Amino acid sequence: MTTTTTDQLAIEVRDLTRIFGRFTAVDHISFDVRRGEVFGFLGANGAGKTTAIRMLTGLLAPSSGSARVAGHDVYTESEAIKSDIGYMSQRFSLYEDLTVRENINLYGGIYDLSDSEIRTRAHRMLDRLGLEHAAGELVGSIPLGWKQKLAFSVALLHEPQIVFLDEPTSGVDPITRRQFWELIYNAAQSGTTVLVTTHYMDEAEYCDRISIMVAGRIAAMGTPAGLKEESGVESIDELFVRLARPDGAAARGGAES
Amino acid sequence: MRRFLRRVRSLARAEVLHVVRDRTTMAQIIIMPLVQLLILSNAATFQIRNTPMTVVDLDRTMTSRGLIQRFVASGHFDVDGRMTSPAQGNEALVRGTATMVLTIPDNFEESLVRTRQGSVQIDLNAEKGSAAGVVQSYTSQILAAYGRDVGTELRPTTGSVRAWMAEPPPIPGVPRIDTRYQNWFNPTLNYKHYMVPGILVALVTMIGTLLTAQNIAREKEIGTLEQLNVTPISRAQFITAKLLPYWMLALLDLSLGLVVAKLVFHVPMEGSLVLLFGCAAVYLVVALGIGLWISTIVETQQQAMFVSFFVMMIYLLMSGLFTPIDSMPHWVQVASQFNPVRHFVTVARAILIKGAGLAEVAKPMLILVVFGAVVLTLAIRQHSKRTA
Amino acid sequence: MKALRGLLRKEMYHILRDRRTLVVILMLPVVQVVLFGYSIRTDVRDVRLAIVDPVPDHATLELRNRFTAAGVFEIVAVVPRTDDLDPLFQRGEVQQAIVFEPGFADKLLSGEAAGLLLISDATEPNTGSARQMYARAVLDAYERDLAAGGQSMAVRIVPQVRMRFNPTQESSNLFVPGLMAMVLTIISALMTALSITREKETGTMEALLVSPLRPVQIIVGKVAPYLVIGFISVLLVLLEARLIFHVPIEGSVSLLLFEGLLFILVSLALGILISARTSSQRVAMMAALVGTMLPNQLLSGFVFPIESLPRVLQLVSNIVPARWFVAIARGIMLKGVGLTYLWRETLILAAMAFILLALSARSFHVRLE
Repeated sequence: MTTTTTDQLAIEVRDLTRIFGRFTAVDHISFDVRRGEVFGFLGANGAGKTTAIRMLTGLLAPSSGSARVAGHDVYTESEAIKSDIGYMSQRFSLYEDLTVRENINLYGGIYDLSDSEIRTRAHRMLDRLGLEHAAGELVGSIPLGWKQKLAFSVALLHEPQIVFLDEPTSGVDPITRRQFWELIYNAAQSGTTVLVTTHYMDEAEYCDRISIMVAGRIAAMGTPAGLKEESGVESIDELFVRLARPDGAAARGGAES
Repeated sequence: MRRFLRRVRSLARAEVLHVVRDRTTMAQIIIMPLVQLLILSNAATFQIRNTPMTVVDLDRTMTSRGLIQRFVASGHFDVDGRMTSPAQGNEALVRGTATMVLTIPDNFEESLVRTRQGSVQIDLNAEKGSAAGVVQSYTSQILAAYGRDVGTELRPTTGSVRAWMAEPPPIPGVPRIDTRYQNWFNPTLNYKHYMVPGILVALVTMIGTLLTAQNIAREKEIGTLEQLNVTPISRAQFITAKLLPYWMLALLDLSLGLVVAKLVFHVPMEGSLVLLFGCAAVYLVVALGIGLWISTIVETQQQAMFVSFFVMMIYLLMSGLFTPIDSMPHWVQVASQFNPVRHFVTVARAILIKGAGLAEVAKPMLILVVFGAVVLTLAIRQHSKRTA
Repeated sequence: MKALRGLLRKEMYHILRDRRTLVVILMLPVVQVVLFGYSIRTDVRDVRLAIVDPVPDHATLELRNRFTAAGVFEIVAVVPRTDDLDPLFQRGEVQQAIVFEPGFADKLLSGEAAGLLLISDATEPNTGSARQMYARAVLDAYERDLAAGGQSMAVRIVPQVRMRFNPTQESSNLFVPGLMAMVLTIISALMTALSITREKETGTMEALLVSPLRPVQIIVGKVAPYLVIGFISVLLVLLEARLIFHVPIEGSVSLLLFEGLLFILVSLALGILISARTSSQRVAMMAALVGTMLPNQLLSGFVFPIESLPRVLQLVSNIVPARWFVAIARGIMLKGVGLTYLWRETLILAAMAFILLALSARSFHVRLE
């Protein structure tokens, strides 16, 4: 087991907790994500994944615990985090009533990219996606799969250190899903850290490491292969079902790296 | 600073595009206010038209008939010529066919000749509120004028009475005050000149406040706000970018409204329009700021609409828009000092109707500037990019 | 029946949980009664008077004192020239001004007409005219007193004025009926429309439709709570009006409540009609505002007398249900009349209720198919 030094860690989380009234959405989770890793944040709907991400992206203040994202403390430097990360949310990605180009210009401007930088990167992005022809189209009129891929690319427009993806492949057909994951790999190749949540357990296989959240806690963490071997299951899906049973993983909280 | 401007520009441009492409909102901003201005200005008036009046003349002398003639000739009354009994008069009042009943007692002329004093009974339907007061004033005027005319002709020695319409010749040796009346700023006493500027202000305010509140509330509801909160854009930048388009739209509305006011209602524009727009620009910051503040305390569009409407209603009623502040009880007048709408209505009327210049509106404008600073600061601080 | 009860319960939860809207709905009538009661006034009081008296003499000084003594006026400025008045008026510091011509007392003595100019800020026409008349009254009294030594030239015709139906002339008495209409409209028309369209927007309406509930039950379930709330609000308004402003209810309370119920039905039907034709909350809100609230405020005789309206709008006001309700309510509360006088208005209101309910039932059915 290699020890990882802090500057190799994109994300460090220790006992992060979030309570809403009497409901504990995130219950003392701890994990690290290395630079350039593709980290899968798995769990059923309502397990606390989105809440955790919102805390890491500076959208929600933690109740207790600590976390550092891109070297910044989530309590005291939450605004600084935002310049170094990209985010593609579950509910919304791009403005439907603006054109592709207008969306790109908007985010480019907010992230302080110069006009020429915006132009170059936009061109490159659209070219790669094969969407040059659609630059002047309203985002609302583009099919869902293309929209998701576009949203992801826009999230990377300002070349952030880390990109958070919250259920990016929901409602998308399997082929597009695979294409999407190719984009994720490409991003990781260039050194971008990717933290992606999903409830598709088969996508777990695509990640470098994964964690499985059950009822606000991390019930399992490790490489996909390692976890499967350890638990003696054929697929992550099986592991998840086992953990999600009432007697299953609530007792197991373990972090493994 | 350049970064600030650049970010604001990017977001503001997107905002403008949003608004322009949204048919409903465009209608709300451009068409509805104009339609409302047209309808409201025609409907919102306390102007007294001809008051239906019934006469119960128990005297039936030349003097009493002369008095009735005065009412007819005044142009303010629709006199029902039929002689009626007191019971019929009362019936008319209750039914609503007459707003006023003049009852002349049967010893009217006699009383005037012998004692130089007489009385009549006036029954007024006070349902009409302020209109009743004005009708009463007209009546007093007519009675006083008739009294003067009758009295001058009626000399105690002759005991004869002549009723006539002409202006009595001045009698030398008797003190008389010759009064000339001037109604400044609204010589034709046209209610529209009073109402239209006020209504315009009200409409523009509603747009500024309601739409801002609604807009941000909608972003909260749909979730697009989150996408902006996760970017490095600061609160000040965000708010500036949000306000700018609506600020400009409200000013646009104001211009369109002024055009309508001038062309359709012939509202005078005595003062400098540049000054008016300058003041409007400041005032709108306050109105928008309030909308912004409202958006930070609500979660849904419906709440935004209701709360905005509630706040606006209070402001509008206490702004001197419909009825003058000077007529309100003292504590209301004091409270209205905290009402930005009141100050701008005052400014707008002063500039448009009275031809006031910067010096005359300096005080309310200063108050508005302070308001603007306070409201914006509060709104910005209240707005949070991170949920606690 | 059980299904319907469940639906009703769900609606109540919705309403009770949306704290902010609830607060607004409950506070609205309360605040409105107070505001209208105190703010819509046109009394003439504490008139700020300016004097232009270039050559003061004993007569002008005497008159000035009389104006102050009259209680209505307050001399706030004395300036040498008429031109000096402009900024004072423009700043709103002065509302009325008297300009004395030089040689005033001498002229009075010699029997020539002594001239003065009464200037009133007529921006608001009614108070502007009223001020002139108050001023004139002071002058008349002075004239009379001057001549009292000799012959009094004018006969005095004294009017005995009786203000009927609103003896205290409290504006609150006038507004309460209109306020009730407003409150009911907001609750019955607006909220109903919003409630139904919200279900449509979120898609839960479809779920309701495929349930064993029949369409009419769905409507009743969604609408009934607002009927109750509307009724409670009306009672609140009446209570408040009585306690704070002592607004009278000369006639029958039960008749008033019955008519209120009729009006609620009309508004509910309007709300349902609106919601049947729209599918977004925003559009529903706009339609409700323009179609119900605006006419209520302007064309019902609520604030602005119907006689003051231009002919065209007077005709339009006949189809505004609130206009009839306001007339009925005022009749019952201020005049103390009963159905014998109000049967026509009641019939019209009932007919409106019937027609609108039928229309809304049908259009809702059509939409659902």
